[in-house]
Amino acid sequence: MTESAPDFTPVTLITGFLGSGKTTLLQRLLADPALADTAVLINEFGEVALDHHLLERIDERTVLLKSGCLCCTVRGELADALRDLHSRRARGSIPPFRRVIVESTGLADPFPVLTTLHADPVLRHHFRMANVITTVDAVTGARTLAAHPESVKQIAVADRIVLTKTDLAEAGTIAALTRRVRAINPSAPLHTASDIAPSVTLLFSDRSSRDAAAQDWFDQQMRTPTTAEHTDGVEAFAIVFDHQVDWTAFSLWLTMLLNRYGDAVLRVKGILDISDSEAPVAVHGVQHLVHSPTHMQSWPDGDRRSRIVFIVQGLDPDAVKTSFATFCGKPRNRAAAA
Amino acid sequence: MCALCGVLGGADHWTDAAARPGVFTYAADPLERRRERARRIAAANRVLGHYQMKVSDWQGTSFILSTATGKTEMVENLSHLWSVAERLSGRTCDPLDPTLLLRLDAAHD
Repeated sequence: MTESAPDFTPVTLITGFLGSGKTTLLQRLLADPALADTAVLINEFGEVALDHHLLERIDERTVLLKSGCLCCTVRGELADALRDLHSRRARGSIPPFRRVIVESTGLADPFPVLTTLHADPVLRHHFRMANVITTVDAVTGARTLAAHPESVKQIAVADRIVLTKTDLAEAGTIAALTRRVRAINPSAPLHTASDIAPSVTLLFSDRSSRDAAAQDWFDQQMRTPTTAEHTDGVEAFAIVFDHQVDWTAFSLWLTMLLNRYGDAVLRVKGILDISDSEAPVAVHGVQHLVHSPTHMQSWPDGDRRSRIVFIVQGLDPDAVKTSFATFCGKPRNRAAAA
Repeated sequence: MCALCGVLGGADHWTDAAARPGVFTYAADPLERRRERARRIAAANRVLGHYQMKVSDWQGTSFILSTATGKTEMVENLSHLWSVAERLSGRTCDPLDPTLLLRLDAAHD
């Protein structure tokens, strides 16, 4: 237990389709003494709420959001709940907490939760989005992905993916599902529930480790460029170029692209060589939302090429590359696409 | 508000966290902040010209977006710019539109 609240309380979102093991995962995570100082917000869909009983931890820091689906009706309630927790912590009426976990309903689009933290004038000064953890049922995951677009989006925006019920699924099923998940989100570390050790490491990564995960994937792309894999209309592609990019031109282009195609751009990650800047700048975006860019310490392996990875749904990669080249300048030597 | 450049606390928008000196922090060189806004406005106007619109600075804190027929609206940042531009012009501001890209390419050449 800590004496004081952190300047910015990290908020971790656990999402995943109905029955994919979110509550079980949360239960295991909360059993870890390291997570004793955690506030939990649970969003349930249905007349009888059960998940908070399954958690076996009901205290004044466990809040049940009753409005149903997190993505449409509860944004205000989520903001209110977080403000209330913050206020009560400041007054000392509840034990201090250092992190918040939000468990969403299986039907929720995770994007509005992320925007709630960014858009709310109070919350954005006290809370920061940490990780999005997405659970995927190893037995039914493939069918779910085929039938429910929400589940594709849940995987695309994930920072951590947990395959659950792997002990119940055939090895071939798990391997096929892993390929599909990887095609949707190539960079998020993938865990299985059987080997997972509930830990702060899984739950929280700071921005630098998030940058590192993207960098690892970039490095892999440089060695073995993938052909775009098609999964439910979702594909990942990269724009790689070795000329410096003008930040003004890039921000103009990306804001215009996300305004028109934010729903189709599930994820964008980039390491950019910006004009007049020695250090590379990392950019992360989820749909219409772009996180504040960060300066990285140095270029990976001395490779100063800029790389932007897109995970898109129903958007033509060639059209995006052509548009980028027009707005941000033609590459002098190369505009390779992985 | 900065007494020298008249910039309020600054829009808390990702495009403001640029890599250029003077744009990363609000305490940095106010002249450079002004230059950056001017660059941003010039770049935006190259695109907005396609839709017969233009944007100008307002007090170093917001932008004023106008159509050729005089419709005018203030916008806070680049993300808002495009949605307002679409509403005022009644057109779709599509960065993948080949006609727009041809126009921009021609301007580069």
